[in-house]
Amino acid sequence: MSTTQPGLPTQHGPSTQQGVPPVRMAEPGAGGRFGDFGGRYLPESLVPACLELEAAFRRAWNDEAFKGRYHALLSDYAGRPTPVTACDRLSEELGVRVLLKREDLTHTGSHKINNVIGQALLTVDMGKGRMVAETGAGQHGVATATAAALFGLECVVYMGELDTERQELNVFRMELLGAEVRPVTSGSRTLKDAVNEALRDWVATVGNTHYCLGSVMGPHPYPWLVREFQRIVGEEAREQCRALLAGKDPDLVVACVGGGSNAAGTFAGFVETGAQLVGVEAAGGAAMARGIPGVLHGMRSYLLQDEWGQILEAESISAGLDYPGIGPEHAYLGSSGRARYTTAEDAEVLDALQLLARTEGIIPALEPAHALAWLARACRSGEVPAGSTVMVTLSGRGDKDAEQVMGVLKGNRS
Amino acid sequence: MSTESSVEEEVWDKGPVDERGLLVEPTLRAARDSGRKLLVGYVTGGLPGWIDHLAAMVDAGADAVEVGIPFSDPVMDGPTIQEASLRALQAGATPPSILEELRAVDIPVPLVAMTYYNVVARAGHRRFARLLVEGGVRGAIVPDLPLEESPEWERAARVGGVETTLLVAPVTPDDRLAEICARSHGFVYGVNLMGVTGERASLADSAGILARRLKAATDLPVVMGFGISGPAQAVDAAADADGVVVASALMRLALGGARPAEVGAAVAAVRAALDGS
Repeated sequence: MSTTQPGLPTQHGPSTQQGVPPVRMAEPGAGGRFGDFGGRYLPESLVPACLELEAAFRRAWNDEAFKGRYHALLSDYAGRPTPVTACDRLSEELGVRVLLKREDLTHTGSHKINNVIGQALLTVDMGKGRMVAETGAGQHGVATATAAALFGLECVVYMGELDTERQELNVFRMELLGAEVRPVTSGSRTLKDAVNEALRDWVATVGNTHYCLGSVMGPHPYPWLVREFQRIVGEEAREQCRALLAGKDPDLVVACVGGGSNAAGTFAGFVETGAQLVGVEAAGGAAMARGIPGVLHGMRSYLLQDEWGQILEAESISAGLDYPGIGPEHAYLGSSGRARYTTAEDAEVLDALQLLARTEGIIPALEPAHALAWLARACRSGEVPAGSTVMVTLSGRGDKDAEQVMGVLKGNRS
Repeated sequence: MSTESSVEEEVWDKGPVDERGLLVEPTLRAARDSGRKLLVGYVTGGLPGWIDHLAAMVDAGADAVEVGIPFSDPVMDGPTIQEASLRALQAGATPPSILEELRAVDIPVPLVAMTYYNVVARAGHRRFARLLVEGGVRGAIVPDLPLEESPEWERAARVGGVETTLLVAPVTPDDRLAEICARSHGFVYGVNLMGVTGERASLADSAGILARRLKAATDLPVVMGFGISGPAQAVDAAADADGVVVASALMRLALGGARPAEVGAAVAAVRAALDGS
């Protein structure tokens, strides 16, 4: 695994590897495999629905009319394209040139809307009238509730009870949007258990229900489909960076990783450039750093698990990164060396959140603050050389976390 | 299909396997062919007192018993078996601890492990098969391992002496159903309804339809499960099939503190209803 690799690895642009085909983020192999990872480990009851979804997505993604509807909604409804902001004061502070891809400026406040609009269109195309979703921080739940309202679909969102407490405002937003939020009281009462409950709902309702999965995880075709619906983040950012960097690509591209959807979308735009790709997990949910390959939620990937295969509970300040696994394509990108995965601790995440707020007037969500926290540490240690150019995906805005952060920071001060 | 690790083979291919337990398919076929409706019980391995509950089910006329090897994230299970799994894990249950307990008793009917794939994969296919056989468990059901993902385990199980039973759902199309029947061993498990395990007020219409499709497709014993909460539903579900699985209804009793005799009485009531039908 690449997590212990010191310093900057060699460039991985398509022309630099000899004899080894360059890593691309194209369609996965047969059975939804990314190398040894991915697959479709599901009860027989759900296999036909996944085959139907795969066929619907394959048809849609080759259909210019579908893509036209998707892109029109992203621009006219969700506010795309989002800008890339050059951060002068933060750059001065860190000694590297920092560019932020501003997914915080989308409608609903995070990149999650990109995926959800695509899946809502598929839901309608498949003739289904109901969506279920899991949510951790609530951003995917809010996005799903938003799209459900827009398309007139019934919507049920499963959310760990612990997360409904730390993201109370998002629960209310979902309810305002007409969704039903069902708190999940089993297991760790976080994202993992919300996925379990969403799957249990889906198996009983699959005739009229689409499972709107929120990250690049789960059974095939989800890791592929969600990455494709998030690809727009990376493709926009690559062209915007080139405009700002006189045609060059950044040296580093950094994104936070829970399941890994914003990172997958970002990396998809840069995987064929020479940029080094860095995914930052929460230290308490670091499946790449501390996990072992296994099977959960329909996919083979790195998982936090004990010696007999029981899944361990992730623990992070960020509800959105509180997941004991990682998307299978990240497992593949990491094991192939094309991307590296590292971690950030809760305390440095809070520091990074404040740093961005004070230097740039942008309050990030806790999730992308992990990416910034790693960057700040790597700049201080010299791991990222002074003068490098770094593109960070700011996957969401910090409004949802303000109350929680206030509790921690005021608590620390008193 | 990837090959299994050499480390695993080194460790687990050494020494003769101490084969125990009754084979599933010959035993169930013989019972079925004698005109008996099959009754399969279920117990979550590792729950305090579970061996006594298992013995009581057998004494009351179960033809086979599924032994749940608990997993932390059982997505095909409803609240009862989730709770049983959680309690067993909290009591420290592991695959070896469960199978070690089984080695100490003689169970005169076939046993079938019911677990999730990560438990199998983490132990290693050959090692898991060997653990089962040495514990006298000759069948396995792994519900999150559909046709496309199961060949590697099926092969390791076959070589190791374990019969892998596959599930068919109401939405399974005919071509998949035929392939599942062709690859299933022991029996074929028909899932009565679209949903998770757990008791239901009435038997779903999908149960009879699926049972008839399965009987038309295979000579394997056809056993229907999910949602069977008592004798009347068992009789209905078995009408078009060879037998039924009763699981959550028995585990609800066990979780509520019922003595083995009470669990046995529940099994005996289903047995009597099936025999009288």
